[in-house]
Amino acid sequence: MSILEFSRGPMLHFALIVFVFGVLWRLTATFLLGFRQHRSEPRASKGQAAAGGFSVLGMRSWPHKEFIGRTAFGEAVGYGYHIGLFTIVLLGAPHVLFWQNLFGFSAPWWPTLPGGLITFISILTVMLMLIATIRRVGHPVLRRISNFDDYFTLVILYALMLTGLMAVLGLGGRYEYILAAHIISFNALLIWFPFSKLMHAFYIFPSRFFNGYMHAKKGAAK
Amino acid sequence: MSNKNPRNQQPTIGEVMDQAGVGRRQFMKYCAGITAMMAMPPLSTAAFARDLRAARRPSVIYMPFQECTGCLESLTRSFAPALENLMFNTISLDYNHTLQAAAGEAAEAARHAAMEENFGEYVLICDGSIPTKINGAYGTSDGHTFIQQLEEAAEGAAAIVAVGACAAFGGVAAAHPNPTGAVGVADLIKDRPIINVPGCPPMPEVMTGVLVSFLASGVPALDKHLRPKAFFGDTIHDRCYRRRFYDRGLFAKSFDDEGARNGWCLYELGCRGPTTYNACATIKWNGGASWPVEAGHGCIGCSEPNFWDQGGFYEPLSAKLFEERGQAAVAAAAGVAVGAAAAYGARRRQKKLAGDAE
Repeated sequence: MSILEFSRGPMLHFALIVFVFGVLWRLTATFLLGFRQHRSEPRASKGQAAAGGFSVLGMRSWPHKEFIGRTAFGEAVGYGYHIGLFTIVLLGAPHVLFWQNLFGFSAPWWPTLPGGLITFISILTVMLMLIATIRRVGHPVLRRISNFDDYFTLVILYALMLTGLMAVLGLGGRYEYILAAHIISFNALLIWFPFSKLMHAFYIFPSRFFNGYMHAKKGAAK
Repeated sequence: MSNKNPRNQQPTIGEVMDQAGVGRRQFMKYCAGITAMMAMPPLSTAAFARDLRAARRPSVIYMPFQECTGCLESLTRSFAPALENLMFNTISLDYNHTLQAAAGEAAEAARHAAMEENFGEYVLICDGSIPTKINGAYGTSDGHTFIQQLEEAAEGAAAIVAVGACAAFGGVAAAHPNPTGAVGVADLIKDRPIINVPGCPPMPEVMTGVLVSFLASGVPALDKHLRPKAFFGDTIHDRCYRRRFYDRGLFAKSFDDEGARNGWCLYELGCRGPTTYNACATIKWNGGASWPVEAGHGCIGCSEPNFWDQGGFYEPLSAKLFEERGQAAVAAAAGVAVGAAAAYGARRRQKKLAGDAE
């Protein structure tokens, strides 16, 4: 079995199983924990609390005007590379083909962007990731709240992005090895995902919503 | 086996060509064609021609095993060098099971005589895989299994040329679940020089070119799959005339869309060009007339090991290579169960702590 066969075959299968198992474990455990009982009188109806939840979800997703001078750059870089990653993964033609093959459906309506544009976005995304990494290492507060989890995730992401670019640009050696390295990086990401801060992809919006919901219920939300 | 070694009494290829009236210019053109095909530097043509003229015609024994005759069909379509030229001038084809089937025991006797007379000197060409299950009983000829025949013939061979994906790597007969236990020659023979010329079928000019170059300069430089680097050094993708469309991100999405009509890259339609090492894109087929990608079909990677078990030919290279049989659903159910148990445990601890605090 060649390394490419291994990466596309048993390793991808194993990684998917770990991903599904781990993500559902973490989500189920979190959502079934329930909330602490509040003994005070609710200050808002369920509908008003839900509106408060959505309001906080929106507010937390945008720089606060009070701190915009200090946080806007970091948030712009963060948004930039997240949008880049999603564009590559969801609109890059080889990736769309991969999803369709993986989930076993045909979707001719699924749009794709030209390969050259995806390559350009990939290079831009890597540059933004580099800026975010330098900022993480250089910023005194970010450095203190960063741990192995953050850096290991970055290593996997860099490997994924660089091998993808190398495969497309024909750099770095034989295509089958570069493609295998790209798929192995993706497999590593799938395995690492449920046990790392990458779970923020699932937690971020529900946690913001419930935060706002609870605050609204207690009358603490604007 | 005795070693009568009559090869020293055989005329050299140069002498045979002189007798046949092949002129110097014609011979040099022949050598230049082969060296160009092998991407050898132009200055090496003279040395190649000198070595080839001095080489003696070797005895060649062609053993077909578990095969479809496609490789032999392909070999007969070699234009440069042409097969008849090869057979009459360059080699002495002493045995070919397929061509001599009607001769029965006489053919087998000729093979044994050739093997005995040229022990240690003859070239053994194999096509077809060798079945190994139930002691090789899936493939027999003349009362012997293919394993026995291969081992016997390999013993006195100067080199073995395994032509076709089956002889090189097992081929379609080795496809999962490989009912006959089919393997390639190199899986069984470890002590003789082996040159793999894979393909389904292999390119005719590559087969004849390898033979002629072996006569002139011995076993050529081989890659990790024992393929001559001269023919298998580059990927189809690297030499493909559609490569510029790949670089520009222009892909045919189906076989009848605008991209296909404009000759765009076939990667998304499953082309294995990027991972396939072969000379189709440069030498082409049928005397250079065309080749599969030029005809509008993606490369299926037939010169690569295990190409037969790489998923559908029309799925892209990054497609998954496994069948999901509900393991993900089981993993999901297990994840939910473990998560629920963890939450239950956490809530019990929470309640206990709250009770203790009260």
